[in-house]
Amino acid sequence: MSLSLRLQHDLPDLKLDLNVEAPPGVTVLFGRSGSGKTTIVNAVAGLVKPMAGRVAVDGWELFDTEQGLWLPPHKRRLGYIFQEGRLFPHLTVRQNLFYGKWFTPKGARRENPDKVIEMLGIGHLLNRRPSGLSGGEKQRVAIGRALLASPRLILADEPLAALDDARKAEILPYFERLRDEVSVPILYVTHSAAEVARLATSVVALQEGKVLRHGPASEVLSDPSVAPAGVRAVGAVLQVRVVKHHTDGLTELDAGGASLFLPRIPLQVAEELRIRIPAQEVILSSKRPEGLSALNVLEGTVDTIRAGEGPGAIVSVKTPAGSVLARVTRRSVEALGLKPGKSCFAVIKTVALAPQDVGGHLRGA
Amino acid sequence: MGWLGPAELEALKLSLRVSFWATLVTLPLGIFVAYALARWRFPGRQVLNGLVHLPLILPPVVTGYLLLLTFGIQGPLGRLLAEFGIVVAFRWTGAALAAGIMAFPLMVRAIRLSIEAVDPKLEQAGATLGASRLFVFATVTLPMILPGVIAGAILAFAKAMGEFGATITFVSNIPGQTQTLPSAVYAFLQVPGGEAAATRLVVISIVVAMGALLLSEFIGRRVAARVAGS
Repeated sequence: MSLSLRLQHDLPDLKLDLNVEAPPGVTVLFGRSGSGKTTIVNAVAGLVKPMAGRVAVDGWELFDTEQGLWLPPHKRRLGYIFQEGRLFPHLTVRQNLFYGKWFTPKGARRENPDKVIEMLGIGHLLNRRPSGLSGGEKQRVAIGRALLASPRLILADEPLAALDDARKAEILPYFERLRDEVSVPILYVTHSAAEVARLATSVVALQEGKVLRHGPASEVLSDPSVAPAGVRAVGAVLQVRVVKHHTDGLTELDAGGASLFLPRIPLQVAEELRIRIPAQEVILSSKRPEGLSALNVLEGTVDTIRAGEGPGAIVSVKTPAGSVLARVTRRSVEALGLKPGKSCFAVIKTVALAPQDVGGHLRGA
Repeated sequence: MGWLGPAELEALKLSLRVSFWATLVTLPLGIFVAYALARWRFPGRQVLNGLVHLPLILPPVVTGYLLLLTFGIQGPLGRLLAEFGIVVAFRWTGAALAAGIMAFPLMVRAIRLSIEAVDPKLEQAGATLGASRLFVFATVTLPMILPGVIAGAILAFAKAMGEFGATITFVSNIPGQTQTLPSAVYAFLQVPGGEAAATRLVVISIVVAMGALLLSEFIGRRVAARVAGS
């Protein structure tokens, strides 16, 4: 289930031009607001007609301007999860969920409604109307509604942006389950590096309508030249495995032979997950630190140093766990004598790993 | 209704029949025109908007005279319809036509306002789920604008009940055929001693108008509450 995407479109203040072949799984369009993410998704959905391009899901063409092919939105077999939910206010949750089912050919109804309702935990809401639901509940119903249309492609346009942190943490796992349990490709729009780190099979980093970089999340996010959502979004993504739950509330993780300690992660021993370490939560030391309260120290060698316009610099350190990024000042770079090839220690404070930066179990990718 | 004379009763029944059909027949067209004006951008949109509003701003007698020129026995459309055996001039159907046209702008305005209040994003959501435009209209737009449609219909009905100028110009004032409630009031006031009958009809007019208004408020509120989902 792959997605082929070629688009050219002029907006008043933006020129879109991209050509992406996305592998199966979750393809995340990542960039600042105004980088053209939503226009791309709307073009795939048929809500915006681009000047030129072609979009195909698994070889099935949704439009191709060269052939003059343009399927109207209702013939594209999509499940679009909008930022604001867009549930029908005059219908019950049940009627909302089954709205798309009327138009799905009988043979194409893949999703079992009971299973979807159970997975999303919305069984007790079926007879309610959307106005009586919380933000998180609404978004769960919106996910179910898109899924029960048995789509060939799921579109999600910043589905968490309108929610507070607690609700985000509530909804994100459902998208992980979508990725892992439903074999439908997902095109997911966000400006949050944490969501990219948790969900993405591949990331398309966008800047002003153009593809800055396309690749696996761990590569794109740890490339300091990308940072499409600003320097705060720069951070390394590490693939780790749960080793042990300690009695003092910490979970020990194995990252390529190195040990990391995090506050208790609700996963089984030996399960794999991704963690994101924001660059600004990492400090560097030229000697092995002693007498420091931070638990996580990774030894490595400096790979690249990238000075920005301000006083800061992003240092990429090769460690056994993977590349770790640190945001330090240029003055510190000089004081420590950092240069490519020099060995150093990356110090990560345990608390720096925010819960929403920790992804659940992961297949493939 | 023993206290009403046969002529007065006839005028009341005729008015109800004229207004009922005027409203019923124009309603689908009113919804369509309101939707087109609210949602579509097409050349001639402002012209259509102007045409719809014309009966509201023209003197009714002018509208009636234009109807007579068009649908009269000698008029182009009148002659065409006569070929099919349909004559509207000086018939109750003509009164319904005049009432429908006069009430049309009010109906369209009310419905258009309610369509503009529906977020087009909801209609887009319906389309992405596989619903065709017509189906989206029937399952999303129409239920959500129902309060506006009902308000528009009742407003049009009340306007049709009171229509006088265009009606009397187009189809005259024939008892039992085209003498609606307002025409009858006018006729009774022209003859000595007709004041009592005229007064009774005036009271009925007030009751019908107030009833229609209250009913529309009541239904509108109930439907709005249902549509809003509370």
